[in-house]
Amino acid sequence: MVLSTTFLESESSIRSTFGSRYAVTSLPRFKISENSIPKEAAYQIIKDELMLDGNPRLNLASFVTTWMEPECDKLIMDSINKNYVDMDEYPVTTELQNRCVNIIANMFNAPLEEGETAVGVGTVGSSEAIMLAGLAFKRNWQNKMKALGKPHDKPNIVTGANVQVCWEKFARYFEVELKEVKLRDGYYVMDPEKAAEMVDENTICVAAILGSTLNGEFEDVKRLNDLLVKKNAETGWETPIHVDAASGGFIAPFLYPELEWDFRLPLVKSINVSGHKYGLVYAGIGWVIWRNKVDLPEELIFHINYLGSDQPTFTLNFSKGSSQVIAQYYQLIRLGYEGYKNIMENCQENAMVLKKGLEKTGKFDIISKDIGVPLVAFSLKDNSLHNEFEVSDMLRRYGWIVPAYTMPPDAQHITVLRVVIREDFSRTLAERLVTNIEQVLEELDTLPSKVTQKLTTEENVDNGKLVKKTALEVQREITTAWKKLVADKKKTKGVC
Amino acid sequence: MVLSKTASESDVSVHSTFASRYVRTSFPRFKMPENSTPKEAAYQIINDELMLDGNPRLNLASFVTTWMEPECDKLMMASINKNYVDMDEYPVTTELQNRCVNMIAHLFNAPLEESETAVGVGTVGSSEAIMLAGLAFKRRWQNRRRAEGKPCDKPNIVTGANVQVCWEKFANYFEVELKEVKLSEGYYVMDPVQAVELVDENTICVAAILGSTLNGEFEDVKLLNDLLMEKNKQTGWDTPIHVDAASGGFIAPFLYPELEWDFRLPLVKSINVSGHKYGLVYAGIGWVVWRSKEDLPEELIFHINYLGADQPTFTLNFSKGSSQVIAQYYQLIRLGFEGYRNIMENCQENAMVLKEGLVKTGRFNIVSKDNGVPLVAFSLKDNSRHNEFEISDTLKRFGWIVPAYTMPANAQHITVLRVVIREDFSRTLAERLVLDIIKVINYLDALPSSFSAKVKNTDELEVKVKNGTVVKKTDIETQREITDVWKKFVMARKAKVIC
Repeated sequence: MVLSTTFLESESSIRSTFGSRYAVTSLPRFKISENSIPKEAAYQIIKDELMLDGNPRLNLASFVTTWMEPECDKLIMDSINKNYVDMDEYPVTTELQNRCVNIIANMFNAPLEEGETAVGVGTVGSSEAIMLAGLAFKRNWQNKMKALGKPHDKPNIVTGANVQVCWEKFARYFEVELKEVKLRDGYYVMDPEKAAEMVDENTICVAAILGSTLNGEFEDVKRLNDLLVKKNAETGWETPIHVDAASGGFIAPFLYPELEWDFRLPLVKSINVSGHKYGLVYAGIGWVIWRNKVDLPEELIFHINYLGSDQPTFTLNFSKGSSQVIAQYYQLIRLGYEGYKNIMENCQENAMVLKKGLEKTGKFDIISKDIGVPLVAFSLKDNSLHNEFEVSDMLRRYGWIVPAYTMPPDAQHITVLRVVIREDFSRTLAERLVTNIEQVLEELDTLPSKVTQKLTTEENVDNGKLVKKTALEVQREITTAWKKLVADKKKTKGVC
Repeated sequence: MVLSKTASESDVSVHSTFASRYVRTSFPRFKMPENSTPKEAAYQIINDELMLDGNPRLNLASFVTTWMEPECDKLMMASINKNYVDMDEYPVTTELQNRCVNMIAHLFNAPLEESETAVGVGTVGSSEAIMLAGLAFKRRWQNRRRAEGKPCDKPNIVTGANVQVCWEKFANYFEVELKEVKLSEGYYVMDPVQAVELVDENTICVAAILGSTLNGEFEDVKLLNDLLMEKNKQTGWDTPIHVDAASGGFIAPFLYPELEWDFRLPLVKSINVSGHKYGLVYAGIGWVVWRSKEDLPEELIFHINYLGADQPTFTLNFSKGSSQVIAQYYQLIRLGFEGYRNIMENCQENAMVLKEGLVKTGRFNIVSKDNGVPLVAFSLKDNSRHNEFEISDTLKRFGWIVPAYTMPANAQHITVLRVVIREDFSRTLAERLVLDIIKVINYLDALPSSFSAKVKNTDELEVKVKNGTVVKKTDIETQREITDVWKKFVMARKAKVIC
């Protein structure tokens, strides 16, 4: 006689995922739960919750790549369990990184001989790359000052106020003073003249941006170089330049090859670029290249001797995945020069489509330039009734994520909306976005203004007399009032 | 009439990948190629070259996870295009990180109220975590010294010589002096007594390791805490402790819950752990947790306000992938306490199987302890004829990657082989490894000693030199010489840094 057993409550694998108890109990958020749960349930629960994240491809503010070919996805998945730092065990992966460094260094016209290896390294992103470059400048400067017998306790770095937040981090964490060149209305990048003026003997370097985060503009690195060469000749300080080409490094060589911004300029000693922006790789890879060996102080490098060849390493992170390095190499050989050029040209054309569509509405000022990163930054011509934050909010209903930002000092009264044209933002999508923006404008026109009501009460107060405000003051007040309203709900302080 | 076209040379998609021209021409290594390549060819070429990399799962020296469940692989692939730092756009992913921080803080017995949020952050690995923790200690110390009107230009940190290289990096890059407690033969971790002696008024913290890289041993954090508390009472310096629990943080709570090493000890102010070691996630995730808000100076934190909730961020990296954070959360809820405990117990058992197999050969000394990270570190009892580097090389023929390392000062004459027992190292594999090691020993026994000939020559030369009298060397001198000669031989070829 065969005794049949009934399924017990505890046989959790029998129940279907959605019928199981795990969909009913809530998962702990503060402590690890005592028991395991089946893997299908764990997978489904997390996947379900993640549905409520934004769609990466509709995040129009981000420069970071959101699509790669399936072949590359395969390579990424295959190498996800390779710890990149084990150079001994994964010699091919290590070599792929070296090839990428050489290829990128040559792309930036580093003064290398035929077959000479470049000085550079792969990082997790431009933040790490910038910190390494800054550290090299700081150490070089300290050594120089020590040799001259001068104090070296107050290093500073000169940048524009438009720098990305990682420069502020570098300054704070590595104890370097940040001397910022302020922006002004209509000029949203670092002014080379003012920058050169701010340089003093404690300046470890001047950082120029190729592809400003806010409006995609390329700073005039050549002009900065020329002014600084003159100043150095007078002072003897030898102040160098670093170019933060996080976005622009993979655009300028293909769209504007005659633009001199890289190692062709003698004072440029290091350059960083984000592989995960226009290098067309998923988030998690950046590159920093030095002009030559002397620009990277030996004392910062840890040496690993691998099968006879010297493998210098200089990174902040140690263990990390190999996937993005391999993906970068894939892109470099898959696309080649013509591939990257085609993609950048496409992005540029789609940016023009979007820009023309916006201009045709007659309601927008275009803040971004045609030459630079393919993006469109725009603000309302008249934001007294409704402003850019409202446009941004309403666009979300259509699925688009288009954040609004205020400019840094001294242009804080200007708010812009920014759309970055990535490889996967097709012309169709550009046209659709224009249509949706037009719909949003129409809808806003029918709504009463939230902000003007607040303002009218203030006008009468000043000593009983009616005091007229200048247009600029009004604009500033509106923006400030709206900012307070929204800041309770939403504020991104660091522009990404 | 239909004209048929033959496939022209330029119709690259028609040719099969292996017959296409791309396999014949070699790719430039220094400059970008002028033309594009079809994606299938690009994929195949890179895939083929990568075949010559080692197999991650056979890399027995690494602590870093090399296998995860397919369900988790699916989640990772789906989130690979999410830039983690866009907190606004990916609120769920951000919240998953916060939940991980809270869970790990509770695992380490952080003194939190019910539903009080912990202070901590996800990083790319323990290197970043340690730099953040060190930065916090340095800033706190500087602020305190300035308030006291004392000089704050010479901070130092006290650690053992067995620390992982990232502490040396931290010291070098952030301009902190590294005061190392030297090891001694038979004692391969930081001696708490000596550590406390080295503490002075410029010490920003003492760093203890839970799970030493070299032999997996847990340092006695409780003793360090007690000694340091006494010294603090006398000096008033308030020197804190940081615990580098890169490996041990996900082991001790499950295998040794009574061991007091975490926030239960009052001087421990921050702890780091690698999610990608025994947190059982692929490479690329670490965690650092602070005891309380006071231990993380406000001035280091950048604030992002998201939908009313304050989101403080304090990391060195900005943009990065979200996959590993999601994978860590998957593991924490999928396994729960019992799952992690089962896995750690299995690892421990397999480590014992390996250890007993090695002991039975009679040829090895076991340098690792039973309590600690599940690994087996062993050295030859007699390495005069053949030594650990040769065993390591010969084992490669069988497919195993088992590197040999020399200990740091002052135990440089000791060489060990290290096998780390990860989740995916089964009992079968352990038994197989033992058999292969026995084969290797037999093989080497049959060979003449390749380098003792070298030593013999130098030996004879040197022995006679000293004033014409024959000078006998002590055993330790001989051993040191042998190791030095071999090291020079291998150094030209092999890695210097221990991972």
